[in-house]
Amino acid sequence: MLDVSVSYNHYKFLGHEFLTWLWFVLDVDKNQTFKIQKDVVSLEVDNRIVLENSLNNMIENITIKGDGAGLEEAKLSLQKGGVVTECSFLLKSANQEWRFSIKGESLNLSSLKTPETGRIETKDDEEGFILEKFYLYEKVVVAVEDLYKRFIKLRISKNWETETVPGLKKWIKS
Amino acid sequence: MGMLSSSVSITRYMVKGKFKSALVKTVMEGLKKNTIMEIDNEPIQQTAGWTSFSNPYLPDFENTSCIIGTCFIFSLRIDKKNIPSKIIKKHYTHEVAKRLTESQREHFSKNEKKAIKEKVTNTLSLRVPATPNIYDVLWNYESSFLWFFSNQKKANEELETIFLKSFNLTLIRLFPYTMADLAADLTDQEHDLLSTLSPTSFVG
Repeated sequence: MLDVSVSYNHYKFLGHEFLTWLWFVLDVDKNQTFKIQKDVVSLEVDNRIVLENSLNNMIENITIKGDGAGLEEAKLSLQKGGVVTECSFLLKSANQEWRFSIKGESLNLSSLKTPETGRIETKDDEEGFILEKFYLYEKVVVAVEDLYKRFIKLRISKNWETETVPGLKKWIKS
Repeated sequence: MGMLSSSVSITRYMVKGKFKSALVKTVMEGLKKNTIMEIDNEPIQQTAGWTSFSNPYLPDFENTSCIIGTCFIFSLRIDKKNIPSKIIKKHYTHEVAKRLTESQREHFSKNEKKAIKEKVTNTLSLRVPATPNIYDVLWNYESSFLWFFSNQKKANEELETIFLKSFNLTLIRLFPYTMADLAADLTDQEHDLLSTLSPTSFVG
């Protein structure tokens, strides 16, 4: 395997492309035929997206945030050659909601908020509470890992160049 | 950041290797061997070690369990004394002036100044309590994954170092390349293709 710091820096573009692809897939697939897990109702881009654009050796970062913020500026950045470097998501399952952010270069999860859980009233409640929290975190971790696996399989297939990239380019221009 | 906080950050790891000896005993020994030590009355500025998840300020791996479900749960504690540089500068200046007077010299060499600064910093660190930072760890041994509840670079580096020292197992951080290489179930041919990938342009 490659040296960790070398592979981290050399292949961080995969994380940026993953987030860009994910936004594209979620945006064009409004009917959610793009299934994540069987009990996940929907996944959507939430209220924060960060893009990076390298123009003439200068790096431009664009952050769009706020509930109800339009993503036109973000699309414009993509049209100029930008990629998504960080994005927040809203995942829904049954009547529950999870909010979280993914940083492209590391695929780290941050600002992860799970649905409401019970409170710890006594020491005996702690174990059950931890297990419940674990289950709730696992939901997001597994969803992200599944999506990334799906992305990477596609990324190294011929379909990436022949179908996905043309589709992405068309979506970016739209 | 604690795993029970309302908002958490998670860095995911794959654990490379397995124990040859009894699992629980080996893990507990590793935790006990590298339990955080108190440095409040020591001339030490920073330390890191394991602590109990449920009682991080009074670690006790002898009498408390760190197994929940199929996971080990414990915490990494990093204690650091934050001495403002201006305070160090003030005390250093006083100490240099005092020693110059005592020795009737006009100046000190670079090494002498460095030694004075170290002594001043150590003396001050005896008077400043360390600030503890606690980061939870959830380790599923059977599935070889570990979640660390922080994305901070220094905390992650400390975790990787102390984990190897404690358990003689390597943590592999999962980021775009390692996730693709180790956790995406790629075939040999797909692995070869992965190593040849270069960025895609979405413009044009």
